[in-house]
Amino acid sequence: MKGDGARIALLHGAVLALLFLAQFVAGDYVQLSLTRIMVLAIYAMGYNLLYGYTGLLSLGHAMFFATGLYVAAIGTTRIGLGVPEVFLLAIAIGALVSLAIGGLALRASGVAFMIVTLMFSQAAFLTILYFGEYTRGDEGIVIADSIRRFGFLGMTVDLASATLRYNLALALLAIAMGVCLAIVRSPLGHVLIAIRENESRATMLGYDVTRYKLFAVVVSGTLSATAGAAYALMFAYAGSTLASIQYSIHPLLWTLLGGAATVLGPLAGTAVMYAVVDIASGFTTANLLAVGVVLILLVLFFRKGLLGTVRQRWLPWLP
Amino acid sequence: MTDKLILPKKKGLNRRTVLKTMGMAGSAMAAPGFVRYAQAASSSPIKIGFQVHRTGIGAAYGHWYERVTTAAAALINEQGGIGGRPIEIVAEDDGTDPGRGAQVVEKFATQYQVDVAFGTLFSHVVMGSAPRAGELKLPYYVVSEGYHVASGKLNRYTFQPGITDVKSQVISLAPWISKNLGKKVTMIYPDFAFGYDHRDYFSAAIKGQGGEVVQLIPIPPTESSFTRYFPQIPAGTEVIYHVMVGPAVLTFVKELGEYFGSQHPALFGFIDSLEAVDFKSPGLEFLDGSYLWEAYPRFAGASPKPHDTFYRQKVGVDAYGASTSDPADISTFSHMFGCWETLYVIKAAMEAAGYQGAADKGKLIEATEAMTKLAEGNEHPQGEKLFNGKIHQSFGHQNITRIKSGVADVVYRTSIEEGLYEPEADYTKMAL
Amino acid sequence: MSFFPHLLLAVLEGAVAAATLALTALGLSLVFGVMRVVNVAHGEFYMLGAMVAWWLSQLVPAHPLLGFLLALIGAPLAVGAVAFATERLVLRRIGYDPEATIVATIGLMFLIQQLALSVFGADAKPVNAPFTYRIVFPWFGYSGYKLFVVAASAVLLLCVWWVMSRTRFGLIMRVTQFDRETATAFGIPVGRVYSAVFVAGAAIVAIAAVLLVPIQQAHYLMGLDPLLMSFIVVIIGGLGSLKGSVIAALAIGLLGGIVSVFFSPTFAAIIATLLVAFILVIRPQGFFGAPAR
Repeated sequence: MKGDGARIALLHGAVLALLFLAQFVAGDYVQLSLTRIMVLAIYAMGYNLLYGYTGLLSLGHAMFFATGLYVAAIGTTRIGLGVPEVFLLAIAIGALVSLAIGGLALRASGVAFMIVTLMFSQAAFLTILYFGEYTRGDEGIVIADSIRRFGFLGMTVDLASATLRYNLALALLAIAMGVCLAIVRSPLGHVLIAIRENESRATMLGYDVTRYKLFAVVVSGTLSATAGAAYALMFAYAGSTLASIQYSIHPLLWTLLGGAATVLGPLAGTAVMYAVVDIASGFTTANLLAVGVVLILLVLFFRKGLLGTVRQRWLPWLP
Repeated sequence: MTDKLILPKKKGLNRRTVLKTMGMAGSAMAAPGFVRYAQAASSSPIKIGFQVHRTGIGAAYGHWYERVTTAAAALINEQGGIGGRPIEIVAEDDGTDPGRGAQVVEKFATQYQVDVAFGTLFSHVVMGSAPRAGELKLPYYVVSEGYHVASGKLNRYTFQPGITDVKSQVISLAPWISKNLGKKVTMIYPDFAFGYDHRDYFSAAIKGQGGEVVQLIPIPPTESSFTRYFPQIPAGTEVIYHVMVGPAVLTFVKELGEYFGSQHPALFGFIDSLEAVDFKSPGLEFLDGSYLWEAYPRFAGASPKPHDTFYRQKVGVDAYGASTSDPADISTFSHMFGCWETLYVIKAAMEAAGYQGAADKGKLIEATEAMTKLAEGNEHPQGEKLFNGKIHQSFGHQNITRIKSGVADVVYRTSIEEGLYEPEADYTKMAL
Repeated sequence: MSFFPHLLLAVLEGAVAAATLALTALGLSLVFGVMRVVNVAHGEFYMLGAMVAWWLSQLVPAHPLLGFLLALIGAPLAVGAVAFATERLVLRRIGYDPEATIVATIGLMFLIQQLALSVFGADAKPVNAPFTYRIVFPWFGYSGYKLFVVAASAVLLLCVWWVMSRTRFGLIMRVTQFDRETATAFGIPVGRVYSAVFVAGAAIVAIAAVLLVPIQQAHYLMGLDPLLMSFIVVIIGGLGSLKGSVIAALAIGLLGGIVSVFFSPTFAAIIATLLVAFILVIRPQGFFGAPAR
C-alpha cells in the first residue's frame, strides 16, 4: 500500500500534465472540446464518489448540477454578484442543498433511493419552470460577456478567452481529482467502500453508516454544483434542459463507461462518450444508435468500464 | 451522410469572372505564394454550418428544415453560388439540446471552419449556442421565431432575418381577433418561455384593442392529457387562444372537442401546434371553422403567386403543404421557409460585403445590419419583409386562415406595420 | 363550473390516469418483481407497441376496429420478439446483474428510439379509437373510449392476477421471485422462467400501448414518461407486489387529478412529485413491500 502512493501521484500528475501540454499541440476544436469535457468530468467525478465508491445509485444529480448552474446565472444576471463571489456562493449553496437532500433521501436505500433522488430532481426541474419569470424556463439565461469579464486580484479576467478557460477548467479538474484521491485513499474512503461491499457488516463494525453516506452525498453534490457553476460561467448559458433527467443519466453513463470506483474513470468515460457522439454525428444521422451500441457492447465485454478493466487486468493498485 | 457538398453545375461558375478575380488578386499580392492562396479562396466553396434538429424533440421540424435548406442551396449553386463561389452546407445534428448545440457551434467555427452558421429553430438551443457563436465571432443566422434575438439578450453575431419573431406575430393579430372573434380571451399556452412571450405580448396587445384576457391557463410541458384544465375556461369566454407545442397537441385538440362538443367559444390557434400534422387527422374535425395563425399559409389557395408555386416546386411540396413524394408527410410550412429566405439573406449580405473569407466577417455583419427591405419574390416567397439592423430581426406579413373541411384558407393578411414595436436594443453599438 | 361537475371531471380524469399508470406499470412490476432487474427500455417497448399499432391500423383503413384487433395480436408479438432477443443476446449473457442491466437497457433505449425515428419518422402519429362515443353530461362531454380503457385495464389486471395466483406457471414465477437458488434446487428452469417473464412483461406493455395510443399518439420519444411513472408506481406499491402496484396507480392517478384542480398545473406537478418522494422517505419499502431485508 505504502509504495502505491508514489505511482498513484505520478500517474494522476502525468494525466494532468498531459492535459496541460495538450493545449499547445491540440487544434482549436480539440481545445474547446477538452474544456467542456474537463468541466463535465468534474460532474462525473462527483457522481462517481457516491455511486462508484459508496454504492448509492442516484438518478437525480442534475439537481445538484443545476443548483450551481442557476446560482451562477441568476446571481450574476439578476442580483449583480461578481463571478468569483457567485462561484463560491454556488459551491456553498450546492453543499447545503446536497446536505438537505441527502438527509432526506438516505432514509431510503436501493431502488427507493433511486426514485427519491429522481423525484427530488424532477421537482427541482419543475421549480425552474415554475419560476419562469426569473429563469426563463426552457429557453434559459444567457450570461452577457460584460459580466464574464471582471477584475480579480488586480488582474482582468476574461472568461471569453479560450486559453484562460482551458486552464481554469484544468485547475478545477485538478482540485476535484485531488479531493477524490484524498477521500478515496483515506480511512474514510475505505469505510465508504466497506459500506458499498456490505452495509450490514459496516454497521456491525460500529460505523455510523448513515453519516458516512451523508458525507458522500454532500461531497458528491458539491462537486456537481461546482461543475454546474463552472459550466454556466464558462459557456455563458443556463437552461432547464440541463436540469432534466437526461442530465442525471449522463454522469452515470460516463462513470460506468470509464470505470466506476476509479478516480480517472469518469474523466475517461466523459471523453470517450463525447468523442463517440461527436464522431458519430459527423458521419451518420443515427448518432443515438452509436451511443446505444457502445453501451451494450460495454456491458457485454467490459463490464467494469475502461479503467475498471485496466485495473483488473494490469494495474491492481489503481485507485 | 452528414456533409453535403452541393456543387454548382459546370456553367454556374463563370470562368472569366474567376480569371478576372484571380488577376486582380494576383496584382494586389505579388508574391507567388499568395497567388495560389487567392485562387483557392476565390473558387473554394463558402461553407455554411447548418445546426439541425435531427434527433430530440425538434426532429419533426428538423427533417423539413433540412429539406428546404438542401433545396435552397442547390438552387443558389445553380444560379452561380455566392459571389461566384459555390456554397457547401455542413449539416450536423444538435439533438435539440442546448449543450450539444453549443458544441456544434464550436465545431463549426474551429473544426469545419465554416464561414457562417445557420438554421437553428428551438429557442433553448439558440440561447445555448449564441454565446458560443458570439465569442468565436461566427456569424450565426437563426430561424427560430423566438423573441430572443430582438430582445437584445444575444450578441452582435446573431441574426434572425428570415422569420418574424413571436412578439411581432401576436401584436399584429390582436386587432383582427378583437374585431372579429371577441374581446374576452382565455389563453391556453405552454408553461415556459415560449408561452410567456405569447402571454405577455398578446395580453398587452389585446388590452390596447379594448379587450381583455379573462383567464390564463398555462400547461406544464410534461403534460400528456388536458381535459382536467378545461373547467378553468370561464363561462363568458368569447375566444380560446391556444398555442401548444410538442407531440401531445393532437390530444389537446381532440380532448377540447370531446369536452365542448358543438357549443364552444371561437377558437384561435397557432399553427405551431399543428405543424407537420394533417388537418384531416382523426380528432381534428373539431377545428373545422376555427382560425389559425400561419406565417406562410400551408394551402396555396385558388390563385397562388408565381414565386409561391416556384418555391413549392423546388422544395417538393404540393399545394396543400404535403410532400410531393408522400402526401402523408406534411411539412412545417410556416417555419421552414425561414431557412430558404435566410440563405438568400446570407447570399445578399455576403455579396454586398464583397465577402472573401474569414477576415471579412466584420464586413458581413455590417452588411447584414445595413439591410432594410427584403422584396417579395423567389428569394422571399413568404412575402416582403422589413429588417431592423439594430435588433437583427425581420418583420413580415402574418396570415389568419380558417379551416374548412381540412383545408385552411386565408381570411386576412396583416400589414407589416401592424407587427412593428419599439426596439429595445441596439446590437450595432456592440464591439465586432 | 360549480363544485360537483368539477369533482366529477377530476374523478373521471383520475380514473383514466390510474388505469394508464396501472397498465404501463404492470409489465415492469412483473419483470422487476420476479427478476429484480430494472428494465429501462420498458418505456421503449411501450413506444414500439404504439408504433406497431399505428402501422397496422393504417394498413387496414377500412374500419378502426379492424386495425385495433390486429394490433392487439400483432403488437405484443412484435414487442415480445424484441424482448426475447434482448433477453437471450444481452441480459442472459450478463447474468441479470442489476447494474449492468441498467446500462444495457439504457443502451437499448437509445437504440430503439433511433430505429423508431429512422423507420417511422419524427411526427406524432394519431391512431383512431376502435369506436367513438362521446358521453354527454349536462356540463361537459367525455370520451367513451377513455372509460373503455379503464374497464379494459381492469380486465387485463384480473387476467394477470389469475395467472399469477391460480396457475402452475404463476406458482413457478412466485417461487423464482421468492428465492432463485431454492427454485433452481427444486428443478425449476430459472433461465426459461426469466425469458418467459421478460417477454410477458414486454407483451403486456405492448397491449397497454395498443389500448392507450388512441388517446395519445405514437411518437418516438413517448417512452420516457411511462417509464418514469411505472417506475414510481412499482416502487411506491412495494417491490414485487402486484396488488401494491395497482393501489399505487390508483392513488397516484387520483391524487394527480385532484391536486391539479386546486393548484396551478406546474405547481401541482411539483407537489405531486414531492409527495411521492416523501412517501418513500417515510416508507422506503413502499406500501406493500416487505421491510428491507
